Amino acid sequence: MSRSSSGRGGRWLSRVLSTRRRHPLAAVAVLLVALFACGSAYAALSPSTVPAAVSQTAQSTQVEEGRQLFAIGCASCHGLGGEGLVREDGTVIGPSLVGVGAASVDFQVGTGRMPMAAPAAQAPRKPVAYDDEQIAALAAFVASLAPGPEIPDDAMLDTSADTVDIARGGLLFRTNCAQCHNTTGQGGALTYGQEAPNLTGVEAKHIYEAMRTGPQAMPVFNDELLTPEDKLDIIAYLENVESQPDPGGLGIGRAGPVSEGLWAWLVGIGGLIAFAAWIVTRSASARSSS
Amino acid sequence: MSTTTPPTPGTNGAHPVVKSAGRVVDFVDQRITASNWLKRNMRKVFPDHWSFLLGEIALYSFILLLLSGVFLTLWFKPSMAHVYYDGAYVPMRGILISEAYASTLDLSFEVRGGLLMRQVHHWSTLVFLAAMSVHMLRIFFTGAFRKPRELNWLIGVLLLVLGVANGFTGYSLPDDLLSGTGLRIIEGGVLAVPVVGTYLSYFIFGGEYPGEDIISRLYPIHILLVPGLILALVVAHLMMIWYQKHTHWGGAGKTDENVVGYPFFPIYVAKAGGFNFIVFGFIFLMAATIQVNPLWFWGPYDPSQVTAGTQPDWYVGFLDGALRVMPPWELDIFGYNLTLSVLIPALVLPGLILVPLALYPWLEQKVTGDTREHHVLDRPRNVPVRTGLGVAFIVFYILLWIAGGNDFFATVLNMPVNWISRFLQFSIILMPPLAFWITKRICLGLQRRDRDKVLHGRETGTIMVSPSGEFTERHAPLSVGEAYALTAHERREPIEPGPATDPNGIPNPAYKRERRQARLSRFYFGDVVQKPTREELEHTHHDGHGEITEGDTRDQSAAGDHIASGQQ
Repeated sequence: MSRSSSGRGGRWLSRVLSTRRRHPLAAVAVLLVALFACGSAYAALSPSTVPAAVSQTAQSTQVEEGRQLFAIGCASCHGLGGEGLVREDGTVIGPSLVGVGAASVDFQVGTGRMPMAAPAAQAPRKPVAYDDEQIAALAAFVASLAPGPEIPDDAMLDTSADTVDIARGGLLFRTNCAQCHNTTGQGGALTYGQEAPNLTGVEAKHIYEAMRTGPQAMPVFNDELLTPEDKLDIIAYLENVESQPDPGGLGIGRAGPVSEGLWAWLVGIGGLIAFAAWIVTRSASARSSS
Repeated sequence: MSTTTPPTPGTNGAHPVVKSAGRVVDFVDQRITASNWLKRNMRKVFPDHWSFLLGEIALYSFILLLLSGVFLTLWFKPSMAHVYYDGAYVPMRGILISEAYASTLDLSFEVRGGLLMRQVHHWSTLVFLAAMSVHMLRIFFTGAFRKPRELNWLIGVLLLVLGVANGFTGYSLPDDLLSGTGLRIIEGGVLAVPVVGTYLSYFIFGGEYPGEDIISRLYPIHILLVPGLILALVVAHLMMIWYQKHTHWGGAGKTDENVVGYPFFPIYVAKAGGFNFIVFGFIFLMAATIQVNPLWFWGPYDPSQVTAGTQPDWYVGFLDGALRVMPPWELDIFGYNLTLSVLIPALVLPGLILVPLALYPWLEQKVTGDTREHHVLDRPRNVPVRTGLGVAFIVFYILLWIAGGNDFFATVLNMPVNWISRFLQFSIILMPPLAFWITKRICLGLQRRDRDKVLHGRETGTIMVSPSGEFTERHAPLSVGEAYALTAHERREPIEPGPATDPNGIPNPAYKRERRQARLSRFYFGDVVQKPTREELEHTHHDGHGEITEGDTRDQSAAGDHIASGQQ
């Protein structure tokens, strides 16, 4: 570049390039130019890649956050990778969570069943230990282990939809669920300290997830056994029963003959014997008047 | 007594209406001469005690059952034909259900007052059977079943059985999921009958369970046959009470030869009539405010469905409980199964309970050898063994009840249902004897206290200090009436067997039987605390002062003050 030639710039450039082409740094310069061109072209031609990259980072941070929460709150029983822990004698400390899916985590943690307070026959419903974001993170982490049932979206839980048939839901509930949960979802006892919980006041999402994933002693009702429409009908039936008033007066638990028998004895016969005792005391005045 | 028409004030003669009424009565009386009979029976005396009204509760709830039952028959359709429900209850619409269930839903939701009547009918059933049960316990514990009332006891046992049977058939009629499951258990019991079980089941259900007939077969049994029998037996029961007169509690002036109380008319007509309406009102109040058997929740019966929390009504609960705690025993006889785990609780157990219950008056007569008539009731403490047996039975029954609701109690108590069942399996064997022993001890203790009371009077709680510094408690003597009531019962000595051989060395042929009877008698009365004899009573009265100086704190104070404080 020591010499300048104004009118013949093109020639000058070709001359420079041709004279310096054997310069020791020529290959480096060509490489740099090519790289720069490729980079610029890539940046210019693929604009959609930028947000995708951002969300991927977010998801991986959510999974990462879930992994950390999992390591603190769950890994002592389920293992650091969610692979489950089994003692040497075969007792399961915590089952493997590979493939249980986000729905399972959302149900177990979202209803407070997990983490368990202590090893027991059954994890009871209790106050929820994590907030919604943390539950989502845990669900994301467990879902990342292997594909599994997903959390149902709101459209799948819309019990006010026109296609919903409450009576059909009742029929399905009595056929598939009432064996353990009683006809109105009051729940019931199972063997060795396990129980089918009362379904009163349980969120539709959680009922759906329970059917889909079969927590604890409950069997799995996959989408072939009970289609999403079936599940929605069942949920609608339960909501209907729960909101029904008791036309006959006090519900006394809607638990059937046991509580009715208690009432018949304590209130019925008890009250009438009290009246009998009272009416006997009336004899004194009857005597004095006759 | 009094007539409903008041006499006209100011005139000496009767009101013309009364006069003409009197003429009509006189006319009738001269032709059928009923006035003596009426006078005698209208003035029939009945004693007064709250425990004598338990049977009345049963009677009035039975009347209410008949009345509400008639209402229900007007709408109920005893048919198992299937229809698509399209009534008022939305969660059942479009479902294929039986006509029986559909008509019961209609009764509950569409017939005006139907739900109330259904609930009246159900609550009065529960109360009816409970009242019969406590009535029976009262009769048992007070010995009111003794001669001459053994037959009435037998009628009572029959009434209870019929009541349970009718309750169960009624429970089965609506064809809901609970009632169908109950019938399924009955079918299991029938199938467990050796040899003929299968045929019996086919006969009862008109083919393979559940068939299409059972509801229409149970219906006439429930509304006609059994209620008719109950009604007839109730009439017989009451006629016998009327004829044999009512028992009464012991006390001054009350003996086996008389009845002390108030006349039927007007006292008991008013009281019993009033109590009738109290029972009606009370049951209506329960039916109006407490929901019973909300069968729209249970759904229609379908043999493929069984729900958790399936229980029978309380009066069948003990049988269900026996089924639940029975170990799974099964015998294999030449390739045929004998299902003891069903046979024993469903068929053997009711027999084991009912036969001794029905025969108890005769069993006790055998033990006591007492064939005299008794019209004064026993205080339960004075027959400790009978009372103990009764309480042992109650404990046995309650444990079976708990077993019948073992899943319910597992949920309520938050305990594994297996533990509850295991605990009950043992306690059903162990607890009744324990209850017997404890009750007998308590009775003996109460008898001892009665005896002390008669001998030494009532503790006043007043502490006296003698000049020498000794503390004693003053005892006040009982009134004559109280003392009489405490000593009205007989001394009961156990029977001694006659000698094994007579003076000539000839063996007594009846000796073995006598010895057996004596052994039973000793079991019954061997350790009864006897009421004081005349000598004992006079002894404490006479030697009272002497004992004070001797210084036996307990006797001296009692006996001494008995006389010293006679004026109190």
